[in-house]
Amino acid sequence: MAESPPVVEMTGISIEFPGVKALDGVDFRLFPGEVHSLMGENGAGKSTLIKALTGVYKIDSGTVKVRDAERRFHGTADAQAAGISTVYQEVNLCTNLTIGENVMLGHEVRGPLGINRRATFRAATEALRKLGIGHLDPRAPLSSISIAMQQLVAISRAMATDSTVLILDEPTSSLDAAEVDQLFGVIRRLRAEGVAILFVSHFLDQVYAISDRITVLRNGRYEGEFLTRDLPRGRLIATMIGKDLEALASLESSREARHTETTDEPLLKADGIGRKGSIEPTDVSVHRGEVVGFAGLLGSGRTELARLLYGADRADTGTITLDGKKVALTSPVSGLDNRIAFSTENRRDEGIVGDLTVRENVVLAVQAKRGWARPLSRREQDEIVQKYIAALNIRPANPNMLAANLSGGNQQKVLLGRWLATQPQVLILDEPTRGIDVGAKAEIQDSVAKLADDGVAVVFISSELEEVVRISDRVLVLKDRAKIGEIVNGPEVTAQMVVELIAAHHEEPLPDGDPTDDPTTDGALRAPTTEGASAA
Amino acid sequence: MNASTPTLTARLTELLRKPFVWGVLAILLLLVVNLLKDPSYLAIRVNPTNGNLAGNVLDILRASAPIVLVATGMSLVIATAGIDLSVGSVMAVAGATSMQYLQSADAASSMSAALTAMAMSIALGAVLGMVSGALVAYVGLQPFITTLVMMLAGRGLAKVITSGQNTTATNEQFRWLANGYVGGFPVVFLLALVIAILIMLVVRRSALGMMILSIGINPRASRMAGIKPAGLLITVYALSGVLAAIAGMFAVSSVMTVDVSQTGYQMEMDAILAVVVGGGSLAGGKLSMGGAVVGALLIATLDKTVVFLGVPSSATPAFKATVILVLFLLQADNVRGLLRSRRPRPTLPTEPVDTKVSVAA
Repeated sequence: MAESPPVVEMTGISIEFPGVKALDGVDFRLFPGEVHSLMGENGAGKSTLIKALTGVYKIDSGTVKVRDAERRFHGTADAQAAGISTVYQEVNLCTNLTIGENVMLGHEVRGPLGINRRATFRAATEALRKLGIGHLDPRAPLSSISIAMQQLVAISRAMATDSTVLILDEPTSSLDAAEVDQLFGVIRRLRAEGVAILFVSHFLDQVYAISDRITVLRNGRYEGEFLTRDLPRGRLIATMIGKDLEALASLESSREARHTETTDEPLLKADGIGRKGSIEPTDVSVHRGEVVGFAGLLGSGRTELARLLYGADRADTGTITLDGKKVALTSPVSGLDNRIAFSTENRRDEGIVGDLTVRENVVLAVQAKRGWARPLSRREQDEIVQKYIAALNIRPANPNMLAANLSGGNQQKVLLGRWLATQPQVLILDEPTRGIDVGAKAEIQDSVAKLADDGVAVVFISSELEEVVRISDRVLVLKDRAKIGEIVNGPEVTAQMVVELIAAHHEEPLPDGDPTDDPTTDGALRAPTTEGASAA
Repeated sequence: MNASTPTLTARLTELLRKPFVWGVLAILLLLVVNLLKDPSYLAIRVNPTNGNLAGNVLDILRASAPIVLVATGMSLVIATAGIDLSVGSVMAVAGATSMQYLQSADAASSMSAALTAMAMSIALGAVLGMVSGALVAYVGLQPFITTLVMMLAGRGLAKVITSGQNTTATNEQFRWLANGYVGGFPVVFLLALVIAILIMLVVRRSALGMMILSIGINPRASRMAGIKPAGLLITVYALSGVLAAIAGMFAVSSVMTVDVSQTGYQMEMDAILAVVVGGGSLAGGKLSMGGAVVGALLIATLDKTVVFLGVPSSATPAFKATVILVLFLLQADNVRGLLRSRRPRPTLPTEPVDTKVSVAA
């Protein structure tokens, strides 16, 4: 495989930001017809390296060679012209345009009367067919297809310019298993065509399933390049975090040891809460010191249910009692007033306030609870912020940094800090570990376990079933916007059991979907944005 | 610029990055232009009988008072990613209310009549602001459209209040607002400054500033963090209304006549320009009330300069627009970067590095 010369060769790349050495002499190579994974914890420099390659960041020292010629790009457009295309973690497409327009945006087929729509759509269909998704109607609006399909459309868009290098930054973070398989099919197809693919993911299984070569970064430094088949997982993780996974192992045993203690009255009890079009009436109860996991695929209603428990959305039906008293959760304010905290899965839009500092982001909810007229003094703010920067290991430990400049995992920790600072009795965490590295994941899971030990009732949602099973005392299984069962956790319970429960639950016909829905999209795989499944 | 210590140069470049510094420089430049035309332009005379100060600078300060107030309110509205186009009309409403009430009260030197007129005007300004705020916060109308409607409605309301007349009234106490002096300085300017500083203190010392910015940057995340955007938005628009009402009283008190079609006319433009000159962003999430005050002073200086230089009144708007456009260009980072790379000045140690990078890149 390594016989042909690399298409991209980066040598001794260093980039310095004010106060931080983001990259320090990093080497990186990409070979044609190979999938190369870039691994490292949050803040290790993966995104920085990608942005250095595509010219978003200026390189302080080091060289970038593309096909043996030294190049320095001035931005993604420049890099794209040289055949290097990037698909980012969050889909960067225009949902108000059609699929075809998205694929061809910027290189539409032009005729004497401006854009030739017919030829453009034909070219778009061709580009989609190359990736095996030719069944999509290029004239349908992008918003009509699932996030996973949008991701594939984004790749077609990148490949429409005949790229020889494709950069996929966390492409799988919002996909479920079947969608990941489909994506991998596309990646393998491109690899066979000789495209060099840079793949970034936090899912180890996926990295091992797809990649031929792995480069590991840690704290902006190059830790080595390995062939995937020569690198056992344990060694990879050890290289990434500089320690082994004892933390996770001890966590597992501690949860299993103490999960049967909750027999008293539940702290939070929801009877038949539901909301038309998002979740069927459902019962939920959470005890003090208990971790209840919500398991289900994307679009199963797990997020929707959690939002009702906080008041982010208003329930149409049902009642919620907290500590025996009936409460009306009509807004986030009412949730906070009842000492319920909800960390959203949508960090960018509903979580972090990017242009405020870390300090302000952490104290925001506490301050909102106190009202604007009773400001926290600078000293009180410092106490809170320092406490959570230390407790959650937020890096860089600078409270005056803009939150937008932190890596994803550290933003997640800032959010967790914001909610913990309100001293909640019920803490709802929706995908708190999505898109973050092994080390930060273990730290967050550890924090959750500690909180439960301190008597906090925790609702834990994750698309990683193993994680839900590992961390929860009880698992509530959802499917197609309804609860289909509850599993009390024990040593014999595995993620496989949850999968079987979801898979076995098929006697009901699928709810009537939107007629424009793609018929090949299974109901269970539908993204939450897809509308039309009416309450049966 | 021949600073030998790099720290001073660094501090200077840092300072130049603050938009309001360019506003200050622009004010100084305009004053220099006026000085060139008339070397005694900046002279300040002291009235020997009552000790009051007089001169062009005092005229500028007096003229800046309403703009300072309106721009302060506008800076808060703009920080929430909103805009208040109705300020000029609210000024007219307040002016009309005061004049109509004082005329009907017919009390030429009654303090209570003056206070009642002020209270009524301020209350009406607050109500109009609250209506805008409620429409934005609860109905979800766009601030631009909402306040555009309020701009039309306010102007209409002012005409209804005075039955379409330009009402005149006499009241010594009310007139004192515009013509009085305290410690040698005009009352209008002192009042505007005190109110602006008070609001600045409240916003800085409370958590209001952080919450307003948070809403302006990411309204959804702010809601999820438990901030009640509705209350804040209504407060901010109401405050803008109150400040516009006070500005309206300032505007009518000097002549004790409200001109229902001219009082506060195009004040929204001056206020928005003042805020943007001072470093506000119409995208929201940026708040610099001090910068807005600098911007307001610049607008007032510019107005006076136009008159002083004898620019024909038909060319006045174009002249004003040109000055402000040049200022925005100088504030823009990329324009400054362009100017810098065109003529490298070796005296500044940071700049040759910049040029080298861009050449090598």
